[in-house]
Amino acid sequence: MTAKSSLLVQDKRTAQRNAAERRFIWYGKAAIAVSLAALVLLLVSIFGNGLSSYRQTFLTLTVELPEAKLDKSGVRDPAVMSKVTTIGYAPLLTNALIAKMEELGIEKTLSDKDLADIISKEAPATLRNIVLADPSLIGGTITLPVLASGRIDGFFKGRVSMESAALDNNTSPEALVIAQQLSDAGVLTTRFNWGFLTAPDASDQRPEAAGLGVAILGSLYMMIVVLALALPIAVAASIYLEEFAPKNRWTDLIEVNIANLAAVPSIVYGILGLAIFINFGHLNQSSPLVGGLVLSLMTLPRIIIPARAALKSVPPSIRDAALGVGASKMQSVFHHVLPLAAPGILTGVIIGLAQALGETAPLLLIGMVAFVRDYPAAFPDSSHIFGDPATALPVQVYNWTQRADPAFVERASGAIIALLIFLMAMNLVAILLRRRFERRW
Amino acid sequence: MNFSPNLERAGTMTQAKITASGVQVYYGDNHAIKDVDVTILDRTVTAFIGPSGCGKSTFLRCLNRMNDTIASCRVEGAILLDGEDIYDRRVDPVQLRAKVGMVFQKPNPFPKSIYDNVAYGPRIHGMSRSKAELDEIVEKALRSAALWDEVKDRLAAPGTGLSGGQQQRLCIARAVATAPEVLLMDEPCSALDPIATAQIEELIDELRQNFSVVIVTHSMQQAARVSQKTAFFHLGNLVEFGETAQIFTNPIDPRTESYISGRIG
Repeated sequence: MTAKSSLLVQDKRTAQRNAAERRFIWYGKAAIAVSLAALVLLLVSIFGNGLSSYRQTFLTLTVELPEAKLDKSGVRDPAVMSKVTTIGYAPLLTNALIAKMEELGIEKTLSDKDLADIISKEAPATLRNIVLADPSLIGGTITLPVLASGRIDGFFKGRVSMESAALDNNTSPEALVIAQQLSDAGVLTTRFNWGFLTAPDASDQRPEAAGLGVAILGSLYMMIVVLALALPIAVAASIYLEEFAPKNRWTDLIEVNIANLAAVPSIVYGILGLAIFINFGHLNQSSPLVGGLVLSLMTLPRIIIPARAALKSVPPSIRDAALGVGASKMQSVFHHVLPLAAPGILTGVIIGLAQALGETAPLLLIGMVAFVRDYPAAFPDSSHIFGDPATALPVQVYNWTQRADPAFVERASGAIIALLIFLMAMNLVAILLRRRFERRW
Repeated sequence: MNFSPNLERAGTMTQAKITASGVQVYYGDNHAIKDVDVTILDRTVTAFIGPSGCGKSTFLRCLNRMNDTIASCRVEGAILLDGEDIYDRRVDPVQLRAKVGMVFQKPNPFPKSIYDNVAYGPRIHGMSRSKAELDEIVEKALRSAALWDEVKDRLAAPGTGLSGGQQQRLCIARAVATAPEVLLMDEPCSALDPIATAQIEELIDELRQNFSVVIVTHSMQQAARVSQKTAFFHLGNLVEFGETAQIFTNPIDPRTESYISGRIG
């Protein structure tokens, strides 16, 4: 005879099962903790490195604009004046800096040439653009903020120290001392840097001037192309395959191939785009149009698969109900099935778009990695929309991480922040749209 | 099977609405319905009974071509609605389903408001020219489904928020709203409690005034309560078809008797 068991005492099997459950819960918690820690680490590192790129050091200088140097002819014709290159403007800025130092009583411990290195090489170009835009300024003086050089900027952001400056060809401890004195006098200030978001890229020697303007526009145009092409095509394809297509060998084949396409490495789409759109179709290389087409191809299967899953998850009783009252197949799909599947489809769309936004590899192959200084127009007068060369946010990040100047590390992290914000804005739109579709009954 | 003497005795001169003859249904290689002949009369409730898998639902779904949605399903033989073959190539099943409405086993209201649920059919069939006319159709349908008094103050509320019995009556109202001539009901009470079932049964009896009703049911008591005609299906065969009273009290076929007395099924 077995002893009668008591409910108050756990038997061995129950204890084992409970222990297994507790262990599993701990595994789950540990997994979440690890991923949260990784996320926090990522954000801390990116924001720690990158936030400073949204602030920039400027010098406020009062510059004399002598006619003898800038417009000898005296006709104030921009075409004639443009013969004076930035090299002609650079001494004006150096003189203005020297004058300011004299005015403040700062000791001039450097030669004129070394002193010029305090000012960004971008500054003469900025000044020249201002003068060419408004020739009446010539003969007078103008007070304007100009970029300090990357090394000086780095000094105020803690990247450059007296020790590192001593070993540096581009700056010197003396320059830093002068910069510190200018800062104490309020001539040199660090403030929010709109230029980082609006300016185009700049060359290796002037990281302080590099911005994301072209990359943001390029990414935006590409997303528009992807949304306009991939969304309708993918949704139409998934509705047809899920609701209308006969189930036979052909549709099976198509289904398998869509699943395979979603797994194709993205760089393959780049090669495809290069061969088809550029070599065969003769579209402009580096253009957001080609980039958008390539990303659309890549995104299509990634939207079709979740869209089909969303359609499949709509209970068949809804289709029966619609057919039962005499709705046509199409009415039952568009009036009843699609609205119920819309939130799921939108989730797929946003994941697809997010992947497209962050994609670098295929864009490298179609030339979007090129150094582009000019803003791409949405509708260039030439031939087609979105056809101007541009670059994209992730490509810009890739590009900047390749450069030698340490100031570009900060720029790259800053670009990642911009990319994340772009992504969050897109997700926000998707969530708001989903709220609208997702009527809770 | 000759049942016309019975009819004459009952004194009801109803005419045939649907005539099915020699109907065969195949699911791929599976012969699901074997040579069924049935005549469904106008303004009559016809019940299909039989054990699970006997083909009664399959046959019901042939009557409004809902089987068309199943790719492997093949129907042979003739099913005439008012003398017209519904499987004729010229027939659009969508048009047919407006005439032959259906109520399903599980209440399946659309995830929309009560009003929109009922108004959907009339809208897609263009049955109303104005909002007032549509309102009238909706009210009439809800009244005939005995739901109006319960929902008239919350027509904008979601249809899925009603109780199970109310949802099923909403589905009936939805089917009735398109003014069908035949109403097919596939085990309409199997998901409902006894009180809701009683309400639906009462409703079916009222609907008989205007429609021909065909109901598939597992409950023999229900068939006995609501129907005038009963068809007993077994393994894809129509075993016996006749007056409900006769089927339940004096079945001719021994299989019918075994089923009714609970020995098979």
